[in-house]
Amino acid sequence: MLRGFRHPLNSSRLKPGETQLQVQNVHLSFGGVAALTGVTLEVKQSEIFAIIGPNGAGKTSLLNSISGLYKPQSGHIIFHDGRGSHELIGMKPHKIARLGIARSFQNIELFRHMTVLDNLLAGCHVHMKSNLLSAMIYWGPAQREQIAFREFVEDIIDLLEIESIRNKKVGTLAYGLQKRVELGRALAMKPAILLLDEPMAGMNSEEKEDMARFILDVNEEHGVTIVLIEHDMGVVMDISDRVAVLNFGQKIAEGTPDEIRKNPLVVQAYLGEEQAVFPFAAGAAGGRHA
Amino acid sequence: MDLFIQLTLTGLTNGAILALAALGFVLIYKSSDVINFAQGEFLLIGAYVMFSMLVQFSLPWTIGLVLTLLVAVGIGVAVERLVLRPLIGEPIISVIMATIGLSSLLRAIVSTIWGNQPRAFPAFIPSKPVHVLGATVGADRLWAIAIAGGMLFLFNLFFTRSKEGIAMRAVADDQQAAMSMGISVKRIFAWAWSIAAMTAAIGGALVANIVGVGPELAGFGLRVFPVVILGGLDSIPGAIVGGVIIGLLEAYVGGYIGMGLNQVISFIVLILILMVRPYGLFGQEIIERV
Repeated sequence: MLRGFRHPLNSSRLKPGETQLQVQNVHLSFGGVAALTGVTLEVKQSEIFAIIGPNGAGKTSLLNSISGLYKPQSGHIIFHDGRGSHELIGMKPHKIARLGIARSFQNIELFRHMTVLDNLLAGCHVHMKSNLLSAMIYWGPAQREQIAFREFVEDIIDLLEIESIRNKKVGTLAYGLQKRVELGRALAMKPAILLLDEPMAGMNSEEKEDMARFILDVNEEHGVTIVLIEHDMGVVMDISDRVAVLNFGQKIAEGTPDEIRKNPLVVQAYLGEEQAVFPFAAGAAGGRHA
Repeated sequence: MDLFIQLTLTGLTNGAILALAALGFVLIYKSSDVINFAQGEFLLIGAYVMFSMLVQFSLPWTIGLVLTLLVAVGIGVAVERLVLRPLIGEPIISVIMATIGLSSLLRAIVSTIWGNQPRAFPAFIPSKPVHVLGATVGADRLWAIAIAGGMLFLFNLFFTRSKEGIAMRAVADDQQAAMSMGISVKRIFAWAWSIAAMTAAIGGALVANIVGVGPELAGFGLRVFPVVILGGLDSIPGAIVGGVIIGLLEAYVGGYIGMGLNQVISFIVLILILMVRPYGLFGQEIIERV
Protein backbone atom coordinates (compact mmCIF):
# COMPACT_ATOMS: atom_id res chain seq x y z
CA MET A 1 0.00 0.00 0.00
CA LEU A 2 2.63 2.54 0.97
CA ARG A 3 4.99 2.54 -1.93
CA GLY A 4 7.48 5.20 -2.85
CA PHE A 5 9.69 7.09 -0.48
CA ARG A 6 12.29 9.86 -0.52
CA HIS A 7 11.10 11.10 -3.84
CA PRO A 8 12.15 14.68 -4.69
CA LEU A 9 8.66 15.85 -3.82
CA ASN A 10 8.91 14.45 -0.34
CA SER A 11 11.43 15.86 2.10
CA SER A 12 10.74 13.52 5.02
CA ARG A 13 13.43 11.13 6.19
CA LEU A 14 11.13 8.85 8.13
CA LYS A 15 10.17 5.35 7.04
CA PRO A 16 6.54 4.75 6.17
CA GLY A 17 4.56 3.99 9.31
CA GLU A 18 6.86 5.86 11.71
CA THR A 19 5.21 8.48 13.87
CA GLN A 20 5.58 11.86 12.19
CA LEU A 21 3.25 14.24 13.97
CA GLN A 22 1.99 14.04 17.53
CA VAL A 23 -0.76 16.27 18.83
CA GLN A 24 -0.92 15.87 22.59
CA ASN A 25 -3.72 17.19 24.76
CA VAL A 26 -3.98 20.49 22.92
CA HIS A 27 -6.20 23.21 24.37
CA LEU A 28 -7.00 26.30 22.35
CA SER A 29 -9.49 29.00 23.24
CA PHE A 30 -10.35 32.44 21.96
CA GLY A 31 -11.36 34.62 24.88
CA GLY A 32 -13.76 32.34 26.71
CA VAL A 33 -14.67 30.20 23.75
CA ALA A 34 -12.92 26.86 23.66
CA ALA A 35 -12.04 25.78 20.13
CA LEU A 36 -10.03 22.69 21.06
CA THR A 37 -10.24 20.89 24.37
CA GLY A 38 -7.61 18.25 24.91
CA VAL A 39 -7.21 16.95 21.40
CA THR A 40 -4.71 14.12 21.02
CA LEU A 41 -3.82 12.32 17.85
CA GLU A 42 -0.90 10.87 15.97
CA VAL A 43 -0.13 10.92 12.27
CA LYS A 44 2.23 8.39 10.72
CA GLN A 45 4.56 8.84 7.79
CA SER A 46 2.96 8.26 4.37
CA GLU A 47 -0.61 7.81 5.50
CA ILE A 48 -3.69 9.77 4.55
CA PHE A 49 -5.22 10.98 7.77
CA ALA A 50 -8.63 12.62 7.55
CA ILE A 51 -10.15 14.93 10.14
CA ILE A 52 -13.91 15.17 9.94
CA GLY A 53 -16.63 16.68 12.08
CA PRO A 54 -19.61 19.01 11.96
CA ASN A 55 -19.14 22.71 11.28
CA GLY A 56 -17.41 24.50 14.13
CA ALA A 57 -15.94 21.29 15.51
CA GLY A 58 -12.43 22.76 15.54
CA LYS A 59 -10.96 21.07 12.47
CA THR A 60 -9.47 24.20 10.92
CA SER A 61 -8.39 25.45 14.35
CA LEU A 62 -6.40 22.25 14.74
CA LEU A 63 -4.78 22.71 11.33
CA ASN A 64 -4.00 26.35 12.11
CA SER A 65 -2.44 25.29 15.41
CA ILE A 66 -0.20 22.81 13.61
CA SER A 67 0.93 25.37 11.05
CA GLY A 68 1.53 28.02 13.71
CA LEU A 69 -1.19 30.50 12.81
CA TYR A 70 -2.90 29.88 16.16
CA LYS A 71 -1.12 29.46 19.47
CA PRO A 72 -2.75 26.83 21.70
CA GLN A 73 -2.68 27.66 25.42
CA SER A 74 -1.47 24.23 26.46
CA GLY A 75 -0.47 20.84 25.12
CA HIS A 76 2.20 19.77 22.67
CA ILE A 77 2.41 19.44 18.93
CA ILE A 78 5.55 17.53 18.08
CA PHE A 79 6.90 17.02 14.60
CA HIS A 80 9.52 14.36 13.82
CA ASP A 81 11.59 14.81 10.69
CA GLY A 82 14.08 11.96 11.12
CA ARG A 83 16.79 14.30 12.37
CA GLY A 84 15.05 15.34 15.53
CA SER A 85 11.80 16.29 17.19
CA HIS A 86 10.39 19.79 17.08
CA GLU A 87 7.81 21.37 19.35
CA LEU A 88 5.60 23.37 17.00
CA ILE A 89 3.61 25.31 19.59
CA GLY A 90 5.24 28.73 19.90
CA MET A 91 7.24 28.34 16.71
CA LYS A 92 6.75 31.00 14.04
CA PRO A 93 4.69 29.96 11.00
CA HIS A 94 7.52 30.49 8.53
CA LYS A 95 9.85 28.34 10.65
CA ILE A 96 7.24 25.59 10.75
CA ALA A 97 6.90 25.78 6.99
CA ARG A 98 10.65 25.39 6.68
CA LEU A 99 10.46 22.09 8.57
CA GLY A 100 8.46 20.77 5.61
CA ILE A 101 4.93 21.33 6.84
CA ALA A 102 2.96 22.64 3.86
CA ARG A 103 -0.70 23.50 3.75
CA SER A 104 -3.59 24.71 1.67
CA PHE A 105 -6.39 26.91 2.92
CA GLN A 106 -10.13 26.50 3.14
CA ASN A 107 -10.71 29.81 1.38
CA ILE A 108 -8.10 29.84 -1.32
CA GLU A 109 -5.12 31.96 -0.28
CA LEU A 110 -3.10 32.14 -3.47
CA PHE A 111 -0.97 35.06 -4.60
CA ARG A 112 -3.68 36.31 -6.91
CA HIS A 113 -1.65 38.84 -8.83
CA MET A 114 1.10 36.43 -9.70
CA THR A 115 1.12 33.82 -12.44
CA VAL A 116 0.68 30.12 -11.70
CA LEU A 117 4.39 29.67 -12.33
CA ASP A 118 5.37 32.44 -9.90
CA ASN A 119 3.03 31.01 -7.28
CA LEU A 120 4.78 27.67 -7.55
CA LEU A 121 8.19 29.37 -7.47
CA ALA A 122 7.11 31.19 -4.32
CA GLY A 123 6.45 27.72 -2.91
CA CYS A 124 10.07 26.79 -3.67
CA HIS A 125 11.19 29.90 -1.79
CA VAL A 126 12.65 28.05 1.19
CA HIS A 127 14.81 25.86 -1.00
CA MET A 128 16.34 28.65 -3.05
CA LYS A 129 19.79 29.73 -2.03
CA SER A 130 21.07 32.24 -4.53
CA ASN A 131 21.65 35.65 -3.01
CA LEU A 132 20.36 39.01 -4.03
CA LEU A 133 23.31 40.17 -6.07
CA SER A 134 23.75 37.11 -8.24
CA ALA A 135 19.99 36.98 -8.76
CA MET A 136 20.05 40.57 -9.93
CA ILE A 137 22.76 39.83 -12.43
CA TYR A 138 21.02 36.54 -13.22
CA TRP A 139 24.26 34.81 -13.96
CA GLY A 140 26.14 31.64 -13.05
CA PRO A 141 24.85 29.75 -10.04
CA ALA A 142 21.74 31.87 -9.77
CA GLN A 143 20.77 31.09 -13.33
CA ARG A 144 21.52 27.38 -12.92
CA GLU A 145 19.51 27.31 -9.74
CA GLN A 146 16.62 29.09 -11.36
CA ILE A 147 16.64 26.58 -14.22
CA ALA A 148 16.71 23.65 -11.80
CA PHE A 149 13.70 25.08 -9.96
CA ARG A 150 11.90 25.71 -13.21
CA GLU A 151 12.34 22.03 -14.06
CA PHE A 152 11.12 20.95 -10.66
CA VAL A 153 8.11 23.22 -10.97
CA GLU A 154 7.40 21.86 -14.45
CA ASP A 155 7.23 18.37 -12.93
CA ILE A 156 4.55 19.58 -10.54
CA ILE A 157 2.72 21.25 -13.41
CA ASP A 158 2.79 17.91 -15.28
CA LEU A 159 1.59 16.01 -12.25
CA LEU A 160 -1.38 18.31 -11.71
CA GLU A 161 -2.13 18.70 -15.41
CA ILE A 162 -2.07 22.50 -15.39
CA GLU A 163 0.28 22.97 -18.36
CA SER A 164 -2.08 25.20 -20.28
CA ILE A 165 -2.49 27.79 -17.52
CA ARG A 166 1.07 28.11 -16.29
CA ASN A 167 1.43 31.73 -17.37
CA LYS A 168 -2.04 32.88 -16.38
CA LYS A 169 -2.64 35.20 -13.45
CA VAL A 170 -4.11 33.08 -10.69
CA GLY A 171 -6.91 35.54 -9.91
CA THR A 172 -8.40 34.94 -13.36
CA LEU A 173 -8.69 31.16 -13.04
CA ALA A 174 -11.75 29.07 -12.31
CA TYR A 175 -12.27 27.99 -8.74
CA GLY A 176 -11.41 24.34 -9.25
CA LEU A 177 -8.16 25.23 -10.99
CA GLN A 178 -7.22 27.63 -8.22
CA LYS A 179 -7.62 24.80 -5.72
CA ARG A 180 -5.34 22.72 -7.89
CA VAL A 181 -2.74 25.48 -8.08
CA GLU A 182 -2.85 25.82 -4.31
CA LEU A 183 -2.09 22.12 -4.00
CA GLY A 184 0.76 22.62 -6.46
CA ARG A 185 2.18 25.51 -4.49
CA ALA A 186 2.19 23.38 -1.35
CA LEU A 187 3.91 20.56 -3.26
CA ALA A 188 6.57 23.00 -4.48
CA MET A 189 7.71 23.22 -0.84
CA LYS A 190 8.74 19.55 -1.07
CA PRO A 191 6.57 18.86 1.93
CA ALA A 192 7.24 16.23 4.55
CA ILE A 193 3.60 16.53 5.49
CA LEU A 194 0.77 18.18 3.64
CA LEU A 195 -2.18 19.75 5.46
CA LEU A 196 -5.19 20.17 3.19
CA ASP A 197 -8.14 22.19 4.45
CA GLU A 198 -11.19 21.13 2.44
CA PRO A 199 -9.39 20.61 -0.88
CA MET A 200 -12.64 19.67 -2.60
CA ALA A 201 -15.06 22.18 -1.13
CA GLY A 202 -17.29 23.72 -3.74
CA MET A 203 -16.22 21.42 -6.55
CA ASN A 204 -18.38 19.43 -8.91
CA SER A 205 -18.04 15.67 -8.90
CA GLU A 206 -15.65 15.57 -11.83
CA GLU A 207 -13.32 18.11 -10.24
CA LYS A 208 -13.54 16.19 -6.97
CA GLU A 209 -12.51 12.99 -8.71
CA ASP A 210 -9.52 14.73 -10.26
CA MET A 211 -8.49 16.21 -6.93
CA ALA A 212 -8.83 12.85 -5.18
CA ARG A 213 -6.65 11.29 -7.87
CA PHE A 214 -3.97 13.96 -7.43
CA ILE A 215 -3.98 13.52 -3.67
CA LEU A 216 -3.64 9.75 -4.05
CA ASP A 217 -0.81 10.22 -6.60
CA VAL A 218 1.09 12.49 -4.28
CA ASN A 219 0.61 10.09 -1.41
CA GLU A 220 1.20 6.77 -3.14
CA GLU A 221 3.88 7.67 -5.66
CA HIS A 222 5.73 10.24 -3.61
CA GLY A 223 5.01 8.98 -0.11
CA VAL A 224 3.91 12.38 1.19
CA THR A 225 1.90 12.22 4.41
CA ILE A 226 -1.47 13.90 4.04
CA VAL A 227 -3.68 15.37 6.74
CA LEU A 228 -7.00 16.26 5.23
CA ILE A 229 -10.13 18.05 6.32
CA GLU A 230 -13.06 17.23 4.09
CA HIS A 231 -16.83 17.24 4.27
CA ASP A 232 -17.48 14.90 1.37
CA MET A 233 -17.81 11.60 3.23
CA GLY A 234 -17.64 9.52 0.06
CA VAL A 235 -14.20 10.92 -0.69
CA VAL A 236 -12.98 10.70 2.89
CA MET A 237 -14.01 7.08 3.27
CA ASP A 238 -12.54 6.24 -0.13
CA ILE A 239 -9.06 7.64 0.17
CA SER A 240 -8.22 7.81 3.89
CA ASP A 241 -6.15 5.33 5.83
CA ARG A 242 -7.39 6.62 9.16
CA VAL A 243 -10.05 9.09 10.22
CA ALA A 244 -10.39 11.21 13.35
CA VAL A 245 -13.72 12.77 14.25
CA LEU A 246 -13.91 16.09 16.11
CA ASN A 247 -17.03 17.46 17.75
CA PHE A 248 -17.18 20.64 19.87
CA GLY A 249 -13.38 20.75 20.05
CA GLN A 250 -13.00 17.19 21.25
CA LYS A 251 -11.91 14.08 19.47
CA ILE A 252 -14.79 11.64 19.75
CA ALA A 253 -13.48 8.85 17.58
CA GLU A 254 -10.50 7.66 15.59
CA GLY A 255 -9.99 4.64 13.38
CA THR A 256 -10.18 3.19 9.91
CA PRO A 257 -13.02 4.36 7.69
CA ASP A 258 -14.92 1.15 8.45
CA GLU A 259 -14.61 1.60 12.21
CA ILE A 260 -15.71 5.22 11.95
CA ARG A 261 -18.71 4.31 9.87
CA LYS A 262 -19.95 1.99 12.60
CA ASN A 263 -19.12 4.22 15.56
CA PRO A 264 -22.33 5.24 17.35
CA LEU A 265 -20.78 8.43 18.79
CA VAL A 266 -20.00 9.62 15.30
CA VAL A 267 -23.50 8.88 14.12
CA GLN A 268 -24.84 10.84 17.05
CA ALA A 269 -22.54 13.80 16.41
CA TYR A 270 -23.63 14.02 12.83
CA LEU A 271 -27.34 13.45 13.26
CA GLY A 272 -27.97 14.36 16.86
CA GLU A 273 -29.78 11.11 17.68
CA GLU A 274 -28.59 7.58 17.95
CA GLN A 275 -31.29 5.81 16.03
CA ALA A 276 -30.72 7.66 12.82
CA VAL A 277 -29.14 6.08 9.78
CA PHE A 278 -25.55 7.19 9.25
CA PRO A 279 -25.43 9.30 6.11
CA PHE A 280 -22.54 7.67 4.36
CA ALA A 281 -23.03 4.08 5.49
CA ALA A 282 -24.46 2.88 2.22
CA GLY A 283 -22.84 4.90 -0.53
CA ALA A 284 -19.20 4.56 0.34
CA ALA A 285 -18.87 0.92 1.24
CA GLY A 286 -15.50 -0.55 0.45
CA GLY A 287 -12.87 2.11 0.42
CA ARG A 288 -9.17 1.73 0.30
CA HIS A 289 -8.81 -0.95 2.87
CA ALA A 290 -11.68 -3.16 1.98
CA MET B 1 11.48 72.35 -31.53
CA ASP B 2 14.65 73.00 -29.56
CA LEU B 3 12.59 74.09 -26.63
CA PHE B 4 10.52 70.94 -26.88
CA ILE B 5 13.56 68.67 -26.74
CA GLN B 6 15.03 70.75 -23.96
CA LEU B 7 11.83 70.44 -21.94
CA THR B 8 11.54 66.75 -22.72
CA LEU B 9 15.02 66.06 -21.37
CA THR B 10 14.40 68.15 -18.28
CA GLY B 11 11.09 66.40 -17.75
CA LEU B 12 12.63 62.97 -18.18
CA THR B 13 15.31 63.80 -15.63
CA ASN B 14 12.79 64.87 -13.03
CA GLY B 15 10.51 62.01 -14.03
CA ALA B 16 13.21 59.38 -13.62
CA ILE B 17 14.11 60.71 -10.17
CA LEU B 18 10.46 60.91 -9.19
CA ALA B 19 10.02 57.33 -10.39
CA LEU B 20 12.90 56.19 -8.16
CA ALA B 21 11.37 57.88 -5.14
CA ALA B 22 7.92 56.55 -6.04
CA LEU B 23 9.25 53.02 -6.47
CA GLY B 24 10.23 52.86 -2.82
CA PHE B 25 6.93 54.34 -1.80
CA VAL B 26 4.96 51.78 -3.81
CA LEU B 27 7.08 48.95 -2.49
CA ILE B 28 6.26 49.84 1.11
CA TYR B 29 2.59 50.28 0.32
CA LYS B 30 2.47 47.02 -1.60
CA SER B 31 4.13 44.86 1.00
CA SER B 32 2.65 46.37 4.15
CA ASP B 33 -0.24 48.74 3.21
CA VAL B 34 1.63 51.60 4.88
CA ILE B 35 1.68 55.02 3.24
CA ASN B 36 5.14 56.34 3.95
CA PHE B 37 5.10 60.08 4.57
CA ALA B 38 8.83 60.03 5.28
CA GLN B 39 9.85 59.14 1.73
CA GLY B 40 10.96 62.72 1.01
CA GLU B 41 13.14 62.69 4.12
CA PHE B 42 14.80 59.51 2.91
CA LEU B 43 15.68 61.47 -0.21
CA LEU B 44 16.99 64.33 1.91
CA ILE B 45 19.14 62.07 4.05
CA GLY B 46 20.51 60.33 0.97
CA ALA B 47 21.54 63.64 -0.52
CA TYR B 48 23.18 64.87 2.68
CA VAL B 49 25.01 61.64 3.38
CA MET B 50 26.34 61.68 -0.16
CA PHE B 51 27.31 65.32 0.39
CA SER B 52 29.30 64.39 3.50
CA MET B 53 30.98 61.50 1.76
CA LEU B 54 32.15 63.80 -1.05
CA VAL B 55 32.92 67.00 0.85
CA GLN B 56 33.77 66.10 4.43
CA PHE B 57 35.45 62.77 3.76
CA SER B 58 36.66 63.64 0.23
CA LEU B 59 35.87 60.17 -1.05
CA PRO B 60 35.65 59.35 -4.74
CA TRP B 61 32.02 59.36 -5.77
CA THR B 62 31.84 55.62 -6.46
CA ILE B 63 32.85 54.69 -2.90
CA GLY B 64 30.73 57.55 -1.60
CA LEU B 65 27.67 56.20 -3.38
CA VAL B 66 28.18 52.66 -2.10
CA LEU B 67 28.58 53.94 1.48
CA THR B 68 25.49 56.11 1.05
CA LEU B 69 23.51 53.08 -0.03
CA LEU B 70 24.76 51.15 2.99
CA VAL B 71 23.66 53.97 5.28
CA ALA B 72 20.28 53.89 3.54
CA VAL B 73 19.93 50.16 4.17
CA GLY B 74 20.81 50.79 7.81
CA ILE B 75 18.13 53.45 8.08
CA GLY B 76 15.58 51.20 6.41
CA VAL B 77 16.29 48.32 8.78
CA ALA B 78 16.32 50.64 11.79
CA VAL B 79 12.96 52.15 10.85
CA GLU B 80 11.45 48.70 10.43
CA ARG B 81 12.84 47.51 13.79
CA LEU B 82 12.22 50.60 15.91
CA VAL B 83 9.12 52.13 14.40
CA LEU B 84 7.14 49.49 12.53
CA ARG B 85 7.69 46.28 14.41
CA PRO B 86 6.31 47.68 17.69
CA LEU B 87 3.26 48.73 15.69
CA ILE B 88 2.48 45.31 14.23
CA GLY B 89 -1.16 44.55 14.82
CA GLU B 90 -2.03 48.20 15.41
CA PRO B 91 -4.49 49.92 13.06
CA ILE B 92 -2.85 50.95 9.81
CA ILE B 93 -3.71 54.59 10.48
CA SER B 94 -1.42 54.54 13.56
CA VAL B 95 1.43 53.29 11.44
CA ILE B 96 0.83 56.04 8.88
CA MET B 97 0.80 58.63 11.68
CA ALA B 98 4.08 57.16 12.89
CA THR B 99 5.63 57.78 9.46
CA ILE B 100 4.52 61.43 9.67
CA GLY B 101 6.26 61.67 13.04
CA LEU B 102 9.24 59.93 11.54
CA SER B 103 9.47 62.51 8.78
CA SER B 104 9.63 65.39 11.30
CA LEU B 105 12.19 63.51 13.34
CA LEU B 106 14.40 62.78 10.35
CA ARG B 107 14.18 66.39 9.17
CA ALA B 108 15.22 67.61 12.62
CA ILE B 109 18.14 65.20 12.69
CA VAL B 110 19.26 66.41 9.28
CA SER B 111 19.15 70.09 10.27
CA THR B 112 21.01 69.32 13.52
CA ILE B 113 23.82 67.61 11.68
CA TRP B 114 24.06 69.64 8.48
CA GLY B 115 22.29 72.91 9.27
CA ASN B 116 19.55 74.62 7.31
CA GLN B 117 21.58 76.46 4.70
CA PRO B 118 21.35 75.22 1.15
CA ARG B 119 24.79 74.24 -0.05
CA ALA B 120 26.43 73.70 -3.36
CA PHE B 121 26.87 70.03 -4.16
CA PRO B 122 30.25 69.03 -5.57
CA ALA B 123 29.22 67.77 -8.99
CA PHE B 124 30.21 64.13 -9.04
CA ILE B 125 28.71 63.74 -12.47
CA PRO B 126 30.12 65.93 -15.26
CA SER B 127 27.75 68.79 -15.95
CA LYS B 128 29.25 70.39 -19.03
CA PRO B 129 26.62 71.19 -21.61
CA VAL B 130 26.06 68.78 -24.45
CA HIS B 131 24.04 69.19 -27.63
CA VAL B 132 21.26 66.76 -28.28
CA LEU B 133 19.15 67.14 -31.43
CA GLY B 134 19.77 70.87 -31.46
CA ALA B 135 19.00 71.41 -27.79
CA THR B 136 21.58 72.09 -25.12
CA VAL B 137 21.39 70.32 -21.78
CA GLY B 138 23.79 69.61 -18.95
CA ALA B 139 25.37 66.17 -19.20
CA ASP B 140 24.38 65.61 -15.58
CA ARG B 141 20.75 65.46 -16.60
CA LEU B 142 21.44 62.78 -19.18
CA TRP B 143 23.46 60.88 -16.60
CA ALA B 144 20.62 61.18 -14.13
CA ILE B 145 18.21 59.68 -16.66
CA ALA B 146 20.65 56.86 -17.43
CA ILE B 147 21.38 56.07 -13.79
CA ALA B 148 17.76 56.22 -12.70
CA GLY B 149 16.71 54.15 -15.70
CA GLY B 150 19.39 51.58 -14.95
CA MET B 151 18.32 51.35 -11.31
CA LEU B 152 14.68 50.93 -12.29
CA PHE B 153 15.69 48.14 -14.69
CA LEU B 154 17.73 46.39 -11.99
CA PHE B 155 14.93 46.61 -9.45
CA ASN B 156 12.51 45.25 -11.99
CA LEU B 157 14.81 42.26 -12.53
CA PHE B 158 15.00 41.89 -8.80
CA PHE B 159 11.24 41.66 -8.46
CA THR B 160 10.71 39.21 -11.27
CA ARG B 161 13.77 36.98 -10.90
CA SER B 162 15.16 36.88 -7.40
CA LYS B 163 13.98 34.81 -4.50
CA GLU B 164 13.48 37.91 -2.38
CA GLY B 165 11.56 39.61 -5.17
CA ILE B 166 9.14 36.72 -5.51
CA ALA B 167 8.80 36.55 -1.73
CA MET B 168 8.09 40.27 -1.60
CA ARG B 169 5.32 40.04 -4.17
CA ALA B 170 3.95 37.04 -2.30
CA VAL B 171 3.82 38.99 0.97
CA ALA B 172 2.13 41.86 -0.83
CA ASP B 173 -0.58 39.51 -2.05
CA ASP B 174 -1.29 37.37 0.98
CA GLN B 175 0.72 37.55 4.19
CA GLN B 176 -0.79 34.48 5.80
CA ALA B 177 -0.11 32.29 2.79
CA ALA B 178 3.39 33.73 2.49
CA MET B 179 4.13 32.70 6.07
CA SER B 180 2.92 29.22 5.27
CA MET B 181 5.43 29.12 2.40
CA GLY B 182 8.26 29.69 4.87
CA ILE B 183 8.63 33.38 4.08
CA SER B 184 9.52 35.60 7.03
CA VAL B 185 7.17 38.56 6.72
CA LYS B 186 9.25 40.73 9.05
CA ARG B 187 12.34 40.18 6.95
CA ILE B 188 10.45 41.13 3.84
CA PHE B 189 9.27 44.36 5.50
CA ALA B 190 12.88 45.17 6.38
CA TRP B 191 13.80 44.52 2.75
CA ALA B 192 11.05 46.79 1.51
CA TRP B 193 12.07 49.68 3.78
CA SER B 194 15.74 49.24 2.93
CA ILE B 195 15.07 49.28 -0.79
CA ALA B 196 12.79 52.30 -0.39
CA ALA B 197 15.56 54.12 1.49
CA MET B 198 18.11 53.08 -1.13
CA THR B 199 16.13 54.21 -4.16
CA ALA B 200 15.33 57.47 -2.37
CA ALA B 201 19.00 57.99 -1.53
CA ILE B 202 20.00 57.54 -5.16
CA GLY B 203 17.24 59.91 -6.20
CA GLY B 204 18.40 62.42 -3.58
CA ALA B 205 22.01 62.26 -4.73
CA LEU B 206 20.95 62.78 -8.35
CA VAL B 207 18.74 65.76 -7.54
CA ALA B 208 21.41 67.28 -5.32
CA ASN B 209 23.93 66.90 -8.09
CA ILE B 210 21.76 69.12 -10.27
CA VAL B 211 20.33 71.68 -7.83
CA GLY B 212 22.47 71.43 -4.69
CA VAL B 213 21.51 70.22 -1.21
CA GLY B 214 19.08 71.95 1.11
CA PRO B 215 16.16 71.09 3.36
CA GLU B 216 13.70 71.81 0.57
CA LEU B 217 14.75 68.55 -1.10
CA ALA B 218 12.28 66.85 1.21
CA GLY B 219 9.57 68.49 -0.88
CA PHE B 220 10.18 65.71 -3.37
CA GLY B 221 8.35 63.51 -0.91
CA LEU B 222 5.12 65.38 -1.59
CA ARG B 223 5.63 65.31 -5.33
CA VAL B 224 5.67 61.54 -5.11
CA PHE B 225 1.95 61.52 -4.32
CA PRO B 226 0.71 62.62 -7.75
CA VAL B 227 3.05 60.04 -9.27
CA VAL B 228 1.77 57.11 -7.26
CA ILE B 229 -1.86 58.16 -7.48
CA LEU B 230 -1.52 58.44 -11.24
CA GLY B 231 0.35 55.15 -11.65
CA GLY B 232 -1.58 53.24 -9.04
CA LEU B 233 -0.48 52.96 -5.41
CA ASP B 234 0.39 49.30 -5.67
CA SER B 235 1.94 49.11 -9.12
CA ILE B 236 5.67 49.17 -9.75
CA PRO B 237 5.34 49.79 -13.49
CA GLY B 238 2.81 52.45 -12.48
CA ALA B 239 5.44 54.23 -10.40
CA ILE B 240 7.79 54.35 -13.37
CA VAL B 241 5.23 55.43 -15.95
CA GLY B 242 3.62 57.87 -13.50
CA GLY B 243 7.00 59.39 -12.67
CA VAL B 244 7.84 59.99 -16.31
CA ILE B 245 4.39 61.42 -17.12
CA ILE B 246 4.41 63.81 -14.15
CA GLY B 247 8.01 64.85 -14.86
CA LEU B 248 7.25 65.62 -18.50
CA LEU B 249 3.98 67.34 -17.68
CA GLU B 250 5.65 69.68 -15.20
CA ALA B 251 8.38 70.51 -17.70
CA TYR B 252 6.01 71.22 -20.61
CA VAL B 253 3.62 73.28 -18.51
CA GLY B 254 6.54 75.21 -17.06
CA GLY B 255 8.03 75.84 -20.51
CA TYR B 256 4.93 76.61 -22.56
CA ILE B 257 2.53 78.12 -20.03
CA GLY B 258 4.63 79.12 -17.06
CA MET B 259 3.08 81.44 -14.47
CA GLY B 260 3.91 78.96 -11.73
CA LEU B 261 1.37 76.53 -13.06
CA ASN B 262 4.07 73.87 -13.25
CA GLN B 263 4.20 73.92 -9.44
CA VAL B 264 0.60 72.84 -9.09
CA ILE B 265 -0.19 70.98 -12.29
CA SER B 266 0.74 67.61 -10.82
CA PHE B 267 -1.64 68.17 -7.92
CA ILE B 268 -4.41 69.13 -10.32
CA VAL B 269 -3.74 65.82 -12.04
CA LEU B 270 -3.87 64.11 -8.66
CA ILE B 271 -7.34 65.47 -7.98
CA LEU B 272 -8.58 64.64 -11.47
CA ILE B 273 -7.27 61.09 -11.24
CA LEU B 274 -8.89 60.61 -7.86
CA MET B 275 -12.21 61.68 -9.36
CA VAL B 276 -11.99 59.66 -12.57
CA ARG B 277 -9.88 56.63 -11.84
CA PRO B 278 -9.07 56.44 -8.13
CA TYR B 279 -6.97 53.30 -8.43
CA GLY B 280 -4.66 54.90 -11.02
CA LEU B 281 -3.48 53.71 -14.41
CA PHE B 282 -2.09 50.35 -13.32
CA GLY B 283 -3.41 50.02 -9.81
CA GLN B 284 -5.40 47.10 -8.59
CA GLU B 285 -9.07 47.86 -8.71
CA ILE B 286 -10.42 46.93 -5.33
CA ILE B 287 -13.97 45.72 -5.41
CA GLU B 288 -15.51 45.11 -2.06
CA ARG B 289 -18.42 42.75 -2.07
CA VAL B 290 -20.51 42.65 1.02
